[in-house]
Amino acid sequence: MGGRERRMVFVTVGTTCFDALVKAVDSEEVKEALLHKGYTELLVQMGRGTYIPSKVSANSALQVDYFTFSQSIADYIREASLVISHAGSGSIFETLRLGKPLIVVVNEDLMDNHQSELAEELADRKHLLCARPQTLQETVKAMDLNNLLPYMPGDAKQVVTRINKFLGFPDD
Amino acid sequence: MGLDALAAACCVLPVLISLLAVRLVYVLWRSGQPSAGSPTAGLRCLIVLGSGGHTAEMMNIVTAVQKDRFTPRYYVAALTDNMSLQKAQVYEQSLIQSGEETIKNAHFMQIYRSREVGQSYITSIATTLLATLHAMWLVVRIRPQVIFCNGPGTCFPLCVSAFILKVLGLGWSSIFYIESIARVKKLSLSGLLLYKLRIADQFFVQWPQLQQQYPRACYADRLM
Repeated sequence: MGGRERRMVFVTVGTTCFDALVKAVDSEEVKEALLHKGYTELLVQMGRGTYIPSKVSANSALQVDYFTFSQSIADYIREASLVISHAGSGSIFETLRLGKPLIVVVNEDLMDNHQSELAEELADRKHLLCARPQTLQETVKAMDLNNLLPYMPGDAKQVVTRINKFLGFPDD
Repeated sequence: MGLDALAAACCVLPVLISLLAVRLVYVLWRSGQPSAGSPTAGLRCLIVLGSGGHTAEMMNIVTAVQKDRFTPRYYVAALTDNMSLQKAQVYEQSLIQSGEETIKNAHFMQIYRSREVGQSYITSIATTLLATLHAMWLVVRIRPQVIFCNGPGTCFPLCVSAFILKVLGLGWSSIFYIESIARVKKLSLSGLLLYKLRIADQFFVQWPQLQQQYPRACYADRLM
């Protein structure tokens, strides 16, 4: 391993089952692309998925590990150099608030896929990259994370001020 | 004798219906109006939690409000949602520990879900009816003065029940609906229904595109 800096890619599917993403990340092409970009480790949170990633790879330079669930994934996100996530708003905003580069992969098997609206909007605003399981390799190959803009988190202050006003509470 | 009763009903029924209609119009009008006076005590509030991102967003609102203005707080989540009430309990516990609250002002309740993810629409009719009855029961018990909700299916029966009580003159709840941040271009089903039926007193959206589509909605930035 030598003195190579640890650069971990954290993959998360939240509480869902998203085998297509886990399979895509487990493919030789995507692992090659990640290695080429200088990543050394791949950690997969597979949720309720049934597809188990292989810890042994043809190119064993990329360390792979996986787990199903964790009470909080914040620590893993903090340690990561790149996050690849399903399109759940919780995972997306948790990652953006921690200031980590993010590739959101939309699950096309979901009925009524409103999740893609959020991913696309944030991608349009250059806060993250958006991909599908089949296009993940291209996205990783072509990505320039320096082009991403930091996301300024919102808060409830404006909503709360309006609610207080509506109910007749005095201004704070 | 049966005919007399029928005749009486034919007179009384239209009157009742007219009264209800007038009351409905009044409630719809008054609901959109900000309060004329200022509350003198804390408002009893019902907070609807939901799986997915709903609870996280709702807790952002709860942490931001002044606790003495919104108390006691009744948190409601679906029976099959294991984590939401836990998150609320942890938060309320932290308030007591930090001294911000001196007594337990929070209550935690569960409600039947109208429809589980993937459930067939046919069986959903029966479960929705059950959920509505349960919602009505909870609202009658709690009599909230304020309701906060942000989109889980469980909020619709609760808001409708509160609205019905308003029309019947049995209580007044100010209903605040904040559409989820995940809804950028289209409203959720709960949101659409509450908007169209004018059941929410104030309707918030988190993206400007939605405010343009739904002019009676209020865009007040994002919660996350």
